[in-house]
Amino acid sequence: MLLIHCPYCEETLPEAEFAYAGQAHVIRPENPSGETDEQWEEFLFIRENPKGPHYERWRHIHGCGRFFNALRDTVSDRFYTTYKAGEPRPDLSDFLGDDA
Amino acid sequence: MSTYRVTGKGRVDTSRAVNFTFDGKTYTGAAGDTVASALLANGVHLMGRSFKYHRPRGAIAAGSEEPNALIGTRRGAGRFEPNTRATVQEIWPGLETTSQNKFPSLKWDVGAVNDAAYMLFSAGFYYKTFMWPKSFWDKVYEPFIRAAAGLGVSPTENDPDTYASRYLHCDILIVGAGPAGLAAARTAAGKGLSVVVVDENAEMGGSILSEPQATINGTPAWDWLKSELADLKAAGVKLMTRTTAIGYYHENMIGMVEKLTDHLTDLPKDTPRERMWRVRAKQVVLAQGALEKPLVFHGNDRPGVMLAGSAQTYLNRYGVLVGKRPAVITSHDSAWFSAFDMQDAGAKVQAIVDTRHNVRDDLLAMARERGITVKTGHTATATAGRLRVSKLRVNPVNSGTVGAGEWIGCDCVLMSGGWTPSLHLFSHTKGKLTWDEDMTTFLPDETPEDCVIAGAGRGLWGIEAVLNDGATRATEVLEALSAATDAPTFTVGEDRTGSGITMRELPTDRSPGKAKAFVDYQNDVTAKDLRLAVREGMRSIEHVKRYTTNGMATDQGKMSNINGLNIASDALGKRQPEVGLTTFRPPYTPTTFGAFAGYHRGDHFEVTRKTQIDPWAEANGAVFEPVGQWRRAWYFPKGGETMDQAVSRECAATRNSVGIFDASTLGKIEVVGPDAVEFMNRMYTNPWTKLAPGRCRYGLLLGDDGFIRDDGVIGRLSQDRFHVTTTTGGAARVLNMMEDYLQTEWPDLNVWLTSTTEQWSTIALNGPNAAKLLAPFVEGVELTEATFPHMSCVECTVAGFPARLFRVSFTGEIGFEVNVPAPHGRALWEKLWEAGQQYGITAYGTETMHVLRAEKGYIIVGQDTDGTVTPYDCDMGWAIGKAKPDFVGKRGLARPDLMDHSNRKHLVGLLTDDNSKLEEGAQIVFDPNQPLPMTMVGHVTSSYDTGTMGRPIALALVKGGLEKMGDTVYIPMPDRTISAKITGTVFLDPENSRLKIKEGDA
Ligand SMILES: [Zn+2]
Repeated sequence: MLLIHCPYCEETLPEAEFAYAGQAHVIRPENPSGETDEQWEEFLFIRENPKGPHYERWRHIHGCGRFFNALRDTVSDRFYTTYKAGEPRPDLSDFLGDDA
Repeated sequence: MSTYRVTGKGRVDTSRAVNFTFDGKTYTGAAGDTVASALLANGVHLMGRSFKYHRPRGAIAAGSEEPNALIGTRRGAGRFEPNTRATVQEIWPGLETTSQNKFPSLKWDVGAVNDAAYMLFSAGFYYKTFMWPKSFWDKVYEPFIRAAAGLGVSPTENDPDTYASRYLHCDILIVGAGPAGLAAARTAAGKGLSVVVVDENAEMGGSILSEPQATINGTPAWDWLKSELADLKAAGVKLMTRTTAIGYYHENMIGMVEKLTDHLTDLPKDTPRERMWRVRAKQVVLAQGALEKPLVFHGNDRPGVMLAGSAQTYLNRYGVLVGKRPAVITSHDSAWFSAFDMQDAGAKVQAIVDTRHNVRDDLLAMARERGITVKTGHTATATAGRLRVSKLRVNPVNSGTVGAGEWIGCDCVLMSGGWTPSLHLFSHTKGKLTWDEDMTTFLPDETPEDCVIAGAGRGLWGIEAVLNDGATRATEVLEALSAATDAPTFTVGEDRTGSGITMRELPTDRSPGKAKAFVDYQNDVTAKDLRLAVREGMRSIEHVKRYTTNGMATDQGKMSNINGLNIASDALGKRQPEVGLTTFRPPYTPTTFGAFAGYHRGDHFEVTRKTQIDPWAEANGAVFEPVGQWRRAWYFPKGGETMDQAVSRECAATRNSVGIFDASTLGKIEVVGPDAVEFMNRMYTNPWTKLAPGRCRYGLLLGDDGFIRDDGVIGRLSQDRFHVTTTTGGAARVLNMMEDYLQTEWPDLNVWLTSTTEQWSTIALNGPNAAKLLAPFVEGVELTEATFPHMSCVECTVAGFPARLFRVSFTGEIGFEVNVPAPHGRALWEKLWEAGQQYGITAYGTETMHVLRAEKGYIIVGQDTDGTVTPYDCDMGWAIGKAKPDFVGKRGLARPDLMDHSNRKHLVGLLTDDNSKLEEGAQIVFDPNQPLPMTMVGHVTSSYDTGTMGRPIALALVKGGLEKMGDTVYIPMPDRTISAKITGTVFLDPENSRLKIKEGDA
């Protein structure tokens, strides 16, 4: 069972308290009706499915209830970091050391 | 004393005889025996029949890796367990055990005819044998598969035992209490750290228990072991026996199952049978040792053929000779020591046959001293003997040519194909493996977890090497915990080091097509099957595994994986690391459902949510149905009524006078804040700005894809406060969705969301007399059409309780929903019930609610919709605030595929021509005479017999249905085809006149 750091509670807690919530940094357009079909398709359906580092959302559903973002490796399942919703995407190279 | 017990050998207590039964016959063993060691002490090798061919089988191992000797164990009613390994089950007086997969008896088995029909069951037989002819499926194949499927027999009674569950946090968890694990524990002990050592066996010591000849630091091994365990315990190390680490999960969480009572004569009161431990360890030392590999040759499964190391364990740990005239076939030095130990204990070793041409001089000398015949450069090509091996055929091999065979008479065969590091838990960590060409095996490489692997588990051999490795690896772990220390050193006398070579199936002079050389004993997979799978096109080891079922039995290929890989990669013409190993998955050994379930059984299996009014419903004879986690009153039968009769009565009473319904399970969310109305405008399809406080509106929630997610009546209590109701099952989902948009898309909105489902008891009153009944209880509002019209809400007092009163209807009748603080729900219900007697008030359940709403065409999200239905598909365009710049789902509804209205399935009513009731879920076609397979154009979503309408009604999704009013569609059923007319969804009172309170009604 993963241990996940909630950036709001500032505590590292068991996965069972959290719910996965899909890819992060998918921003709903300001004016969806102004989007072309292609742009709307992109927003609604197209997701990355990387083997490796992945920016994704989690919710501390059985805790503070906040949605937050995480950078996690989908192969090792390891979290590089978690950060609050609205904060910029952290740079992967900060976590990969010299190999990046 | 039995004839195969050796005086002065072993750790069992022969002064304490233990009687147990096997297949009804009583046997005597010694305290400390397993079922297998006790049966072997009695000269019994035949312990079971194999799964596919029903071939006679005996134990080939002495531990948890045993594939063959699976038995049923019984301890009175309910305590029957199939597939217990006889090599693990400890005996106690009165234990009843039975063999498996035999009919009518273990010694004379009818199913063994499968063995003769060998050709029928070769690789991929699941996919081939049962395919043709099709007519055979029902009468021949399926009964055959059902009879043959599964190992053993499932217990039928409830398990009277209890199972516990615990968490444990420690600094260091050491898995395996052999020399590596104990040395690691010694190194870590006394440093102020919490150290836990677990071992699946009844006794700690691992290989030391089988090697009493050794000395450790000058002390005889068993004396050293005894004092070492006492010292570790005194130093505060937690030692757990009979505890199997079944799985290694993320972030150093290890699942362990502790068996507490299976070995006890008398069950202690209030003790669980097993305990599941969820351990979170800062560091883990895996010291699980190595497993011996069988050799693959024709007849290598005959009872009496056994792993050499296991024979050594039976002798040294249990004081049992597995035979008196053993023959040895090996490719590894270790089997030679087994032979020597048996010879020294009184057996007469018939021959040591080694596949290698060159064997160490000291081994040859030791054999010579003992007068044992040695044959190097030989292969084994067959065994003979009906239910027990009686001879072994061996042949010389020179430059790849197999020479003439000779038979060696024997009563057991000890085999060794070398040793495989036990990498199961390491593999659970997603640890990488590296192929070692010299040892022809995989060794552990890097792992993402905080863990090290020590001893034979990483290919080391000999007690001294393993002890010192355990200590060294422990220092790495201690350094990581900032408790650096020097490793203690160990010196071992009489250590048995050795090496060997790895064989595929042994060379033979027989036709390879006829050889039954088993690789996977439990699933009856032979070398021939593996080669056939490759010939038939399987290229990946994962495909070979699934096609042949090699390694897929309950032993998870502990013995067969590496042999299978060696053979498959040879057939593929590739190196083993290019072919790769199949994935090991938890649990390491078969684990009871009880251990996983723990406390979650019976009443504790799942939460049952009950409303405050539930006890009243129970006292008044309600039949309940589960809805999500809620238990809801389904209907209230009176005097032996059937469900249909009760529902019919409840419907009529509600339509004619007044019905009372517990609606407390409705999801309720309080949306509050200065931006509450803006939030509602964005979330729901409807416009909310102009909804005045004190008014309600039916709200529709879509996903951004445009499909209906949920619905419910929403009341505006004040400018900044909405009382949102959701479907019973959708409450949590809706709140999550609202929070998602609020927190991450519109964090600028000043809104608070609170789940209030359980804060309110909600009582619905419906019927022409509802207002009359309720009015005398209400203070603060007059219940007339003028003062409190349909779709009003108000905060008021009802029967003296503070209340939120809604004038809403899910029945088409005059309706009210009274929300009072939850604890007052029952009191209010009873007051209304009492006052309602003058109107013949009738309590109704969810079934009546469904019928009444269907008569009015009110949808149930999740029943009439399925996540692919838009508001326009349901003819609910009126619920959409088209003038709003945006709401969740607005852009989705404009997708070209959803705009193509005529080609979408629409929700419509159906009335059958013959007045029969349709099946919910039944498929619909336009042309019943078209050839098969027919084009299906929709399905029935709701269907009820209704007394009100005097006929059955149905709702259905039908392609283009809204443009086909009056058309006939067809519902093909197994026995006939039903025709039905498409209608609107509102069957009753389309002008909504029944909703109105007439003068004098209140
Ligand atoms: Zn939190």
